[in-house]
Amino acid sequence: MLRYISKRLLYMLMSLFLIVTVTFFLMRAAPGGPFSSEKQVPPEIEKNLNEYYGLDRPWYIQYFDYLVSIAKWDFGPSFKYKGQTVNDLINEGFPVSFFLGMESLLIAISIGVLLGIIAALNHNKWQDYAAMVFAVLGISVPSFIMASILQYFLAIKLGWFPVARWESLQHTVLPALALAAMPMAFIARLTRSSMLEVLGNDYIRTAKAKGLSQGQITVKHAIRNAILPVVTYLGPLSAQILTGSFVIEKIFGIPGLGSHFVTSITNRDYTTIMGVTVFYSILLLLSVLLVDIAYGFIDPRIKLAGGKKGE
Amino acid sequence: MGKLLEVKNLEVSFQTYGGEVQAVRGVSFYLNKGETLAIVGESGSGKSVTSQTIMRLIPTPPGKIKNGQILFDGEDLVKKTDKEMEQIRGRDIGMIFQDPMTSLNPTMKVGHQIMEVIMKHQKLPKSAAKERAIELLRLVGIPMPEKRVNQYPHEFSGGMRQRAMIAIALASNPKLLIADEPTTALDVTIQAQILELMKDIQKKTGTAIIFITHDLGVVANVADRVAVMYAGKIVEMGTVDEIFYDPRHPYTWGLLASMPSLDSDDKAELASIPGSPPDLTNPPKGDAFAPRNPYAMKIDFEMEPPLFQISDTHYAATWLLHPDAPKVEPPEAVKRRLRKLSTNYPQPIIVRESE
Ligand SMILES: Nc1ncnc2c1ncn2[C@@H]1O[C@H](COP(=O)(O)OP(=O)(O)O)[C@@H](O)[C@H]1O
Ligand SMILES: [Mg+2]
Repeated sequence: MLRYISKRLLYMLMSLFLIVTVTFFLMRAAPGGPFSSEKQVPPEIEKNLNEYYGLDRPWYIQYFDYLVSIAKWDFGPSFKYKGQTVNDLINEGFPVSFFLGMESLLIAISIGVLLGIIAALNHNKWQDYAAMVFAVLGISVPSFIMASILQYFLAIKLGWFPVARWESLQHTVLPALALAAMPMAFIARLTRSSMLEVLGNDYIRTAKAKGLSQGQITVKHAIRNAILPVVTYLGPLSAQILTGSFVIEKIFGIPGLGSHFVTSITNRDYTTIMGVTVFYSILLLLSVLLVDIAYGFIDPRIKLAGGKKGE
Repeated sequence: MGKLLEVKNLEVSFQTYGGEVQAVRGVSFYLNKGETLAIVGESGSGKSVTSQTIMRLIPTPPGKIKNGQILFDGEDLVKKTDKEMEQIRGRDIGMIFQDPMTSLNPTMKVGHQIMEVIMKHQKLPKSAAKERAIELLRLVGIPMPEKRVNQYPHEFSGGMRQRAMIAIALASNPKLLIADEPTTALDVTIQAQILELMKDIQKKTGTAIIFITHDLGVVANVADRVAVMYAGKIVEMGTVDEIFYDPRHPYTWGLLASMPSLDSDDKAELASIPGSPPDLTNPPKGDAFAPRNPYAMKIDFEMEPPLFQISDTHYAATWLLHPDAPKVEPPEAVKRRLRKLSTNYPQPIIVRESE
């Protein structure tokens, strides 16, 4: 197990190195610089700025410096937020984004799995059709439209929740729902089809032949096996929630890392863009690793040994 | 000896897009306490549907019990509610399925899968159930049961899994064990071991067994009586001796002739019955076996044969037993083994008129 994890961490480091490299050169290749903005900056000042941020040195020096500072978990100063480092931005924005992401992950998984199971157990009955209509809507409506719909009905018309901002738990509900809608619908469909397949398996018939009730069969035999594809989906799901948060945080005016990221892109805030990209990459790589480990716990046939098959 | 199970005129159909598949068309048989009945027949003859209907495991819909009774200990299982059936399944009737590779839950420890039955029906606490599970694994001949009880199915070989399935089926000392082709998916040597095990277990526990197979070869070894099924009906039924040494139905002849016999090496004679079973969406008029039957007479294509009784225990449904039928010789492979049985009636008597 330990060997497996350390091996995976090594691979992660390698992927990270690639990501850092690619981001670095992509940013360089992009036209325009952080100071070539709409407002004209006098040439002397621009020269000074370039010197201050080290932009006048040859690219290989810049690249190497960047690698070293990233290894020291130092993403450098922000180009646009005066007096703030990228680390400051991350430390400040990430907890907010993390809370939002976890909340929507929780909503997406719990309600999605529940809907999928109800639909499968009532295959071709009205509960099944209702859940699937719901799921199709959730998948086909983009999150920013979902956000506006939720804001209009639940906040403006019914007044149950605040329209925007990030001040209390109440404020978190609508953005989390908007962010969760699409993954939730996807999970519902995934769970349903996986559950239908599992219910047709021989071992379900064995369980029935033992005298177990439908409820016992579902809880003890079906769900655990049906949940496996959902667990596999958790990796891409985290990525989806992460990228979804860019838009949602902007719409609801949430001071998270996502809105900082979007702002930094419009501002050509190079260090912030690169820093946040690297940070997000680490997050995603970690979540994929966690998913794989979780999978190994749920499915005993998967051995997390160092590559070789079990017995 | 009392009757444990009596199936009377059972009819089971499936509603499909192609129409109604009449999988079981009026099956009747009985089983005494502690006895082993083999049900043999080619694939598709309705053996699995019959046995799963006894357990009420047929998915409904598309399946439907159209007619008949299943008297188990005098109570009709057809009339039981689902809740009542839960008390009978696993406790009074245990079942073993054909494919041990898919019949166990891959994500649950084998021991736990055995314990479930014990905890459900015996209401034992967990620790006692585990003790019993280990004991059962030992009973079915699994070495190191204390270790095996904590393993997952993928750590078991095919034969070991089938032993574990038998342990599950036996967990609460059922009065009836239904084994649906328990050895078909296994190697020949493992097959023999599993058959030995089942015989051994019956001696120890006295449970009655319905043993389903498409291979007459294994029947002589395990069964007391044999029912031969074709196209959803039982065409012949009798003691092992009656079926092997005095068979009357041409379908039974065909099965016997295609069985490799131990006392002769004439592989050339080995031939399976030509043709294939009829489509049960539109079962043919008359005797369903007629199109494949070299002895078929005109009446076989028009009227279903009546059921004849040849001895107290021997029944066959074929026009060949009718007093007016011409005398025919069974195939050579069958003729060789024929014996005169002293228990036979002087003449076969009609017990059910043709329809
Ligand atoms: N769920 C089902 N839906 C439709 N037809 C079925 C179903 N189960 C069994 N049958 C049909 O019932 C007939 C008997 O099948 P089965 O009892 O499995 O045969 P056997 O066990 O003797 O090989 C076959 O024609 C099969 O196609
Ligand atoms: Mg079968």
